[in-house]
Amino acid sequence: MSEYFSNIKAGAVTIATGMGITLKHFFNAIHRKGDAGIDDADYFRQVDGLCTLQYPREAVPTPVNARYRLYNDIEDCIGCGQCERACPIGCIAIETIKVLPEDLAVCGKTSGGQQKKFWVPVFDIDVAKCMTCGICVSVCPTECLVHTPVSDFSEFDRQNMIYHFGNLSRLEAEAKRRKVAEQQAQAAREKQAAAAKAAEEKNGQ
Amino acid sequence: MSIAAISQIRLPFLMGNNLNAWSDALAGLTLSWFPLGLVIIAAIPLVFIALYALTYGVYGERKISAFMQDRLGPMEVGKWGILQTLADILKLLQKEDIVPTSADKFLFVVGPGILFVGSFLAFAVLPFSPAFIGANLNVGLFYAIGIVALEVVGILAAGWGSNNKWSLYGAVRSVAQIVSYEIPAAIALLCGAMMAGTLDMQQINVLQSGPYGFAHFYLFQSPIAWLPFLIYFIASLAETNRAPFDIPEAESELVAGYFTEYSGMKFAVIFLAEYGSMFMVSAIISIVFLGGWNSPLPNLGSVALYDWTSGPVWGAFWIISKGFFFIFVQMWLRWTLPRLRVDQLMYLCWKVLTPFAFISFVLTAIWEIYVP
Repeated sequence: MSEYFSNIKAGAVTIATGMGITLKHFFNAIHRKGDAGIDDADYFRQVDGLCTLQYPREAVPTPVNARYRLYNDIEDCIGCGQCERACPIGCIAIETIKVLPEDLAVCGKTSGGQQKKFWVPVFDIDVAKCMTCGICVSVCPTECLVHTPVSDFSEFDRQNMIYHFGNLSRLEAEAKRRKVAEQQAQAAREKQAAAAKAAEEKNGQ
Repeated sequence: MSIAAISQIRLPFLMGNNLNAWSDALAGLTLSWFPLGLVIIAAIPLVFIALYALTYGVYGERKISAFMQDRLGPMEVGKWGILQTLADILKLLQKEDIVPTSADKFLFVVGPGILFVGSFLAFAVLPFSPAFIGANLNVGLFYAIGIVALEVVGILAAGWGSNNKWSLYGAVRSVAQIVSYEIPAAIALLCGAMMAGTLDMQQINVLQSGPYGFAHFYLFQSPIAWLPFLIYFIASLAETNRAPFDIPEAESELVAGYFTEYSGMKFAVIFLAEYGSMFMVSAIISIVFLGGWNSPLPNLGSVALYDWTSGPVWGAFWIISKGFFFIFVQMWLRWTLPRLRVDQLMYLCWKVLTPFAFISFVLTAIWEIYVP
């Protein structure tokens, strides 16, 4: 019988305590909870209050060293393709065109002073596939491929998740390719001619 | 305009502040043979339920629950999200009205109707103001307790007609719960009726009016009145299937209980019925124990707060705000307490509330007989 009454008493007390807590939170809803981080000295001294961030308009800032969306500084890219080979899920697609010796000056050097030997008409990263492992960043010899702190880049169309970093227009790339092909054809013809000449000389002997 | 003048506001075609003046005048209003006034009398609570469910019920509950959980609640539609409920209604109106193929079509369609009518019928005897009551029955309180039982039929029809095990479980639980909790609820209200000596809702209010405001309320008229007050409040939570007694809905176990299969406007009608009965029980508890449309402010010497805040319009204000206060407490409890288990629910009803209701009944009887 005493258990019966102690149960009722416990019920009443716990309900009152719980209602006190919810009412406190209800009245604290006029405040915003402070945004001190866990490393702040007064993290535990912040007032209680609303925690909701109205996301598109307010957001928790990402740390400066956060690893989210990939960015390639194409001016520094030498088109070595190491990132493409390193990527475990194959979200990077690179196409390169050899730079002809007379164009080396036009193609220029990286900010580190390294001569670029490839045009990079296609440098596509499918950020929808990217799992931000960072392997591509670690293998990049010129440190042009980096993770940025941008975390919000959702799209309505999946095609828009493929980021194009290539710095040649299609016409330019076409011209470069044709030039290389011509050069190669020229070289092949010269080689053939040289071979034919050599064969002729041989026959003539 | 001074406060005293506000209490004197009268509708132009209803001269008089007498008891039931407005509803009597409306009842006499006919358009040739058509009893227009009676339709208006019935429409006033209906419009009230719809407006209150729209604003306080849905929007208020979402905001209150959000604030209690340190959230913001709806914020996007309109300033502070005030148009959110309208957007929800537009969505509900556009929804397809699905009747499951294996459902009992008749019961499925008729269930929400009975449910809503059951909760709406009790509004007939709620005195919304000294000058307005739908039907001034001399057994008003008895009618209000009895007619709520009609809701059980609607819930059972909805749950059985859905032909879904969750719905049926929800309906069976709901029926067991409502039938059980009607006993302590009725006995607790009987204590109030005993103090008044009448079952007439308007008379119960009239007997609680006086120049000392809240001191005339039955809650403060007897040292044991808090017990039936508390018992009725707890039992009314169970009767309206509100948390912590929401085992008929029990989102985490039964999807949505007896209205799992409902969509579109039928769903909206079930919701309207729930909010309707929430206000109904809140109004009944404030009528029986807290003076209904009486102002709680006492006359303090020459500062005649009670006289200034009495009158038909003030009466409507007081009863609606008292009702809203209890709805706030219901919401407050909902966002504080976890759901009871079925056996705990029955334990609370039969082993705690019912014996205490009988004790308070006997004590009130003794108080009424031996204490003048």
